[in-house]
Amino acid sequence: MKSDYSRPLDLKHGRVDLSHGGGGRAMQQLIRELFARHLGNELLAQSNDGTVLPSQQGRLVMSTDSHVVAPLFFPGGDIGALSVHGTVNDVAVMGATPLWLSAGFILEEGFPLADLDRIVRSMAEAARHAGVQIVTGDTKVVEQGKGDGVFITTTGIGVLPDGIDLSGANARPGDAVLISGSIGDHGMAIMSQRENLAFDAPIVSDSAPLNSLTAALLASQIELRLMRDPTRGGLAATLNEIATQAGVGITLFESAIPIKPAVEAACELLGLDPLNIANEGKLIVVCAADSAPSALEVLRAHPLGREAAIIGTITADPNRFVQMQTRFGGRRMVDWLSGEQLPRIC
Amino acid sequence: MKFVDEFRDGQLAEGIAGAIRKTVEVNRRYHFMEFCGGHTHAIARYGIPDLLPDNVRMIHGPGCPVCVLPIGRIDLAIRLALEHGVILCSYGDTLRVPASNGLSLLRAKALVDKARGDIRMIYSPNDALKIARENPSRQVVFFAIGFETTTPPTAVALLTAEREGLQNFSVLCCHVLTPAAITHILDSPEVRDLGLVALDGFIGPAHVSTVIGSQPYEFFAEEYRKPVVIAGFEPLDVMQAILMLIRQVNTGNYRVENEFTRAVTREGNRKAQALVAECFELRKQFEWRGLGEVPYSALKIRERLAAFDAETRFNLTYQPVPDHKSCECGAILRGVKHPTDCKLFGMVCTPDSPMGSCMVSSEGCCAAHYTYGRHKDHPQGHATS
Ligand code: SF4
Repeated sequence: MKSDYSRPLDLKHGRVDLSHGGGGRAMQQLIRELFARHLGNELLAQSNDGTVLPSQQGRLVMSTDSHVVAPLFFPGGDIGALSVHGTVNDVAVMGATPLWLSAGFILEEGFPLADLDRIVRSMAEAARHAGVQIVTGDTKVVEQGKGDGVFITTTGIGVLPDGIDLSGANARPGDAVLISGSIGDHGMAIMSQRENLAFDAPIVSDSAPLNSLTAALLASQIELRLMRDPTRGGLAATLNEIATQAGVGITLFESAIPIKPAVEAACELLGLDPLNIANEGKLIVVCAADSAPSALEVLRAHPLGREAAIIGTITADPNRFVQMQTRFGGRRMVDWLSGEQLPRIC
Repeated sequence: MKFVDEFRDGQLAEGIAGAIRKTVEVNRRYHFMEFCGGHTHAIARYGIPDLLPDNVRMIHGPGCPVCVLPIGRIDLAIRLALEHGVILCSYGDTLRVPASNGLSLLRAKALVDKARGDIRMIYSPNDALKIARENPSRQVVFFAIGFETTTPPTAVALLTAEREGLQNFSVLCCHVLTPAAITHILDSPEVRDLGLVALDGFIGPAHVSTVIGSQPYEFFAEEYRKPVVIAGFEPLDVMQAILMLIRQVNTGNYRVENEFTRAVTREGNRKAQALVAECFELRKQFEWRGLGEVPYSALKIRERLAAFDAETRFNLTYQPVPDHKSCECGAILRGVKHPTDCKLFGMVCTPDSPMGSCMVSSEGCCAAHYTYGRHKDHPQGHATS
């Protein structure tokens, strides 16, 4: 029997329509010609309602993250790569080796297939680079005006060898706090696109998979307490989380915190604090003070950690305050961000 | 881009701090008010009080444009969006100011029927003009707030709208004036008669002064015998200004000095002043949050441009609304109280759920103290490692 002819997807001028989420032939075609083509692997190819995963030694770590970002494409990345990095990093900072991801797409009717193709290709590339597979997925289409182009939710599973415990509660007074590189790059890359801030060189997002960096730290002899990736809410939010969880205080040294001049200038212009700005490829490490020099060495030896620095210390403080010794010689609190980041007027 | 750092060099700061320590007379106390929210923010963010001797105290003044906006004015803006169906364009930090009925512009934004009205965040009046041009069938109102710095751009927008004959654009004018507010504080009974608030000098606002010049402050030096030093917003500028004020107090020779010579002249920006004079006239009275009615302290749009005045176009009547009865913003803005004197501070009133306006903008003194300085309120605040 001859199979029915169907016109291939028009990846140049075509657009997402409601039938692409309807469960019929159009949806099958989108999966075949776009998603499976780029993301394909033997696990995804099982094509059942669920994917059977091979059994593993050790405990499992699971994490999920939804990605909404405007613009969808920005200097240094796009929503596709970001959705892979975000979840890979959440699994990796637990000390686990990320292995598999699921990907759920909510597409807005009218979204250009060419853009979707670009996003999915970028996801595939990011997954390859991070050494993970996308093993199951889902697509829904919402009417025009009810979405913002595309939303992507990824869930990741990784394996955690026995004996590793990197909970935020582990921080102890005296420990050192390190960061793998400059802060605020991702958030300001996005914001400067949105606000049309023109700089000589655009601010580039730091979106990157951290699993090889975390693996390098775990392979060393460092007395690690915990690792975190300071995404939304920036360094300030993550450190406040750690202080709350562990019941300690933290003192930062402003002059030690790496920050790119363009990021600092853009923050200044918009009245924002770089400590509150999101990162997508930075690692916070808390380790015993004795281990700090070797941790710094391991970080700096890795391409993602060249600008790593020791930026603070854990203190005994029942108030669980995060404070900062300013470059100016004074001291101030470093608080959670309140509400949304809203630029000041003057 | 290096310029941002140059001004924050800790060594230079230590140098000025040393000079301040040497200059202060031990049995004197020095109380200086930084008028402007930009200074309040810099002082808190860089921990400047830690560098000052104990007998030098900074008092936060009413110069945060968002903080002095009374509830009734925000209510007007909200009504425009919800009832009159306009696209209301506002600066970002005005969005969270608490208004009546538990609303704020941000909360109202979630309520508006987008087919009828909207609330949008903008960066300059130009953005509002653009929205008006792109939506000829919708009414677009620019919620104009701020001191003398933000007034000239509003004037330009009004004149542009007039020239282009933009029928659907208007301005809800809430611009206020710096010198009037300073006079009001100096004339307040706490300062003048009761002596409850010692005020030994002012740090004058840099940006405002680039527009109005340093001349308007001469009155304070001559009439009220208070030194004024106009200073930039970088922390070193503030430190330098404090040193200059201390010197004036010590010698008893009161005048207006200009630390911010980079951009401020005695006359200010004549062109900007002319633009403002062309578009605005003084209001007889204007309510300030915290200060109450202050005579001749704000601007309204001139009769000639009445077609672009949202208050006229939509027939708005101002309805004053009292602040929460426990909120001490008024006393704090006059320098009579400190944020921690308010029993709502840090309890029900935090930057996430502000009860009063001082907790809204990062330039507001309650927000600045909560965000950057509250470790000082706790005995263990100065943690050891
Ligand atoms: S803490 Fe809140 S309620 Fe109290 S004075 Fe400040 S803003 Fe007003």
